[in-house]
Amino acid sequence: MSKTNEVLDQVIIKFAGDSGDGMQLTGTQFTNTAALFGNDLSTFPDFPAEIRAPQGTVAGVSGYQLHFGSVNIFTPGDKCDVLVAMNAAALKVNLKNLKDTGTIIANSDGFDPKNLRLAKYPDGQNPIEDGSLEKYNLIVIDVTKMTRAALVDSGLGTKEIDRAKNMFVLGFLYWMYNRSLDNSIKFLEEKFGKKQAILDANIKVLKAGYHYGDTTETFRTRYTVQPAKMKPGVYRNIMGNQATAIGLVAAAQKAGVDIFFGTYPITPASDILHELSKYKSFGIKTFQAEDEIAAVCASIGASFGGSLGVTSSSGPGIALKGEAMGLATMLEIPLVVINVQRGGPSTGLPTKTEQSDLMQALYGRNGEAPIPVISSSSPADCFNAIYESCRIAIEYMTPVIFLSDGYIANGAEPWQFPTADQLKEFKVKYATEKNEEHFLPYKRDEKLARPWAIPGTKGLEHRIGGLEKQHETGNISYDNENHQFMVKMREAKVEKVADSIPLQQLDSGPEKGKLLVVGWGSTYGAIKTACQMVRSEGYDVAHAHLTYLKPFPKNFGEMLFKYDKVLMPEMNMGQLSRVVRDKFMIPAISLNKVMGIPFSATEIKEKVVELMK
Amino acid sequence: MEATATTPTPLFTSKDLVTDQDIRWCPGCGDYSILKQVQTVIPELGLPREQIVFISGIGCSSRFPYYMETYGMHSIHGRATAIASGLKAARKDLSVWIVTGDGDSMSIGGNHFIHLLRRNFNVNVLLFNNQIYGLTKGQYSPTSEAGKVTKSTPFGSIDHPFNPAALAMGADGTFVARSMDRDPVHLKEMLRQAAMHKGTSFLEIYQNCNVFNDGAFEVFTEKASKKQEALFVEHGKPLVFGQNGELGIKLDGFKPVIVNHAEKGISTNDLWIHDMYDRVKSGILARFFDNPANEGHFPRPFGIFYKEERSCYEDDLLQQVEAVISSKGKGDLNKLLRGNEVWEIQ
Repeated sequence: MSKTNEVLDQVIIKFAGDSGDGMQLTGTQFTNTAALFGNDLSTFPDFPAEIRAPQGTVAGVSGYQLHFGSVNIFTPGDKCDVLVAMNAAALKVNLKNLKDTGTIIANSDGFDPKNLRLAKYPDGQNPIEDGSLEKYNLIVIDVTKMTRAALVDSGLGTKEIDRAKNMFVLGFLYWMYNRSLDNSIKFLEEKFGKKQAILDANIKVLKAGYHYGDTTETFRTRYTVQPAKMKPGVYRNIMGNQATAIGLVAAAQKAGVDIFFGTYPITPASDILHELSKYKSFGIKTFQAEDEIAAVCASIGASFGGSLGVTSSSGPGIALKGEAMGLATMLEIPLVVINVQRGGPSTGLPTKTEQSDLMQALYGRNGEAPIPVISSSSPADCFNAIYESCRIAIEYMTPVIFLSDGYIANGAEPWQFPTADQLKEFKVKYATEKNEEHFLPYKRDEKLARPWAIPGTKGLEHRIGGLEKQHETGNISYDNENHQFMVKMREAKVEKVADSIPLQQLDSGPEKGKLLVVGWGSTYGAIKTACQMVRSEGYDVAHAHLTYLKPFPKNFGEMLFKYDKVLMPEMNMGQLSRVVRDKFMIPAISLNKVMGIPFSATEIKEKVVELMK
Repeated sequence: MEATATTPTPLFTSKDLVTDQDIRWCPGCGDYSILKQVQTVIPELGLPREQIVFISGIGCSSRFPYYMETYGMHSIHGRATAIASGLKAARKDLSVWIVTGDGDSMSIGGNHFIHLLRRNFNVNVLLFNNQIYGLTKGQYSPTSEAGKVTKSTPFGSIDHPFNPAALAMGADGTFVARSMDRDPVHLKEMLRQAAMHKGTSFLEIYQNCNVFNDGAFEVFTEKASKKQEALFVEHGKPLVFGQNGELGIKLDGFKPVIVNHAEKGISTNDLWIHDMYDRVKSGILARFFDNPANEGHFPRPFGIFYKEERSCYEDDLLQQVEAVISSKGKGDLNKLLRGNEVWEIQ
């Protein structure tokens, strides 16, 4: 029987299974293959906080959503076209996010009585058999049985054999979407190169999955998603935390400074440490401290010595670093603080995403302690944002907070990477000579930055500390006039950063009009997509996305006043909108979502349409 | 490295270490004496002044950097050890000194203190132990004796105190010593030894707070009682004390006992000969006054309890970086930006 081929411009697949089922790996493999093929894409891994949550339960479901297409893709997508459900729990958790016309690929072995019970389906009810999934295109495969059959002669034990079953699914999907197996075979060779039996087994199962699609009569349709019409150039795939790590290395190399990275493991920031610790050949020093406080303090110590101190964490860890960040503000020393935000408060939702640490970044220290705040809007954008954070920290002698979040950190997208010589130039400059007869450690330059005089420099010996400084001399001062002067000076210095940042541009839409949607951080893709959807319905809406949250670009206020209404979607209870209302006295409208998951474009679109009407 | 190394030529004098800042410690504070001895010892190390850094936390003692004409940082409570760790990791060429107090390092900074010792950064820790919170005006500290009556313990403290030297031993410190503010000769020698040790040198200095805890260490410093109550230990020498040096300590298994070696039948050869490289015996030495109720009354030991050669964190860190560079070559930024797999859009 002949097979037909259907061309699609975009597809959203959700891989879901037990956290031990290897769904993250399956998703990543499909993603890399799609990227190499030239599709535009965006991904969103969604895993439980527990490393091995109780098997088969709803709590243990691990998911990976991939949105790829021949059109431009800005988000991992709202509802999915294909749901891979390795067990009953995976189906239960994800069914509500499947389109009505969607396809379910269900592993029937994961729907045995035990799995159904663990997923808390009522006794005797099995969704893949009782017709309740009628409206969907339901494909039931006994993946476990197929995998075991393929490996009957492999000599491997059942446990090892069963571990390869995700490869069967991957192979089947490669068949479905007309993809080559080469990239994944290459990956398996690298991963299992020394374990020949395991390598052979995985490749065999991957091919078995592919051939299953090819030879089984039931499946007649294959799909083709053409490469995307992206800006010409060379691309790679990149995840947010990876881009952050690479951005740090790039900044260090360009500026001619050593990076000292002091950190303490915390979800979802740890991957930055994992990544950076591999880059010893760039002279990067990584230090896994005893706690969050030691991590930031060691970084401050390294900066005092002339390295660029960088520390990373997530909300709870940033709370612990607060006092030391105040010290860095007082010392006026370069320091980059990375916050990969997660759901809060307290331990909150460690593996889920949120943008609720903006107020903490802006105000979370004792006293008047202004610190520049920079955010990234997508995985690849982490590179630019961290690079800028390093530049500002060094040029302005200040701590800088870089805000990412769990969604960006673990998400991936194609990146048209720069070459080293395309990167913005900036160079570290240490003080080498006295600026007055007696060295004045707090005498400022035109940027209001003080000199970076590092130990080992003859004649510039000086003492700094957390007590209030006398203007210029840096000596301890309790003088009331001086304190007010210095408080204003530190604020003025941070505001002066605005001289070195680009003016705010519109991402899309008219320069004035009825509605401006303002976002920051990881809501970028959802807002952009929503605005496109709204525009196709005939509403002319504008979108601006902020990278610089403190200070704002100089023209930001002016831009806001050109629209009748300003809408600010945020994954918090309205933190940036509060700042904007306070600073510009405009009735900014908040759209809030704090569910641990990103906005869908549709949610934003609905609000935009409501306001445009 | 032994104390017998020749003294290098000083590049500057003690006077060059005096800053233009008024010293704000209370008149009569033990800190003055420590400052003087540090200013005496530092030039003798033969290092350029700009290579020296003093890092402190918060507390009376932590004002110290302001009075030293070197590089310095007066940081935040308890964190001097962590800040110094980062500084030393970034700059192994510097001579880094941490000045801390019993509140700063034993209480709020206890965690960083033990981790500094285990990592063995080549830095010097001077713990000014006055067994009281001075800057906050007189609450008991983690080294105050049980039963201590202070502003925050009007009915006596119920806290069991830390013995900083024993804690340092427990944290695998590689140099553990004790001295006191009122014995400048001994203090100076201990500072010199601490500076010369490669690794984290921990020197506990009994320091009198004449305002909130006056006389806390009087029995060890006053002529009348010093010989009886203080035991000065030296490597290779027997543990001897007493008004006329007639008493000694003998080890009965792991149990120290006081004997009168002036009596017949006991010679100094039978006494405990101090071996500062013996971890087990040094551990006993650091602890044996811990609980007089259990062990009887012992004189308080002063001197170097323990010394060990162990690699330093900053050296290992640098070695690892260098090893990777020599095996893989220096990192190429363009390669890193490019990653392993790319594709081209025409």
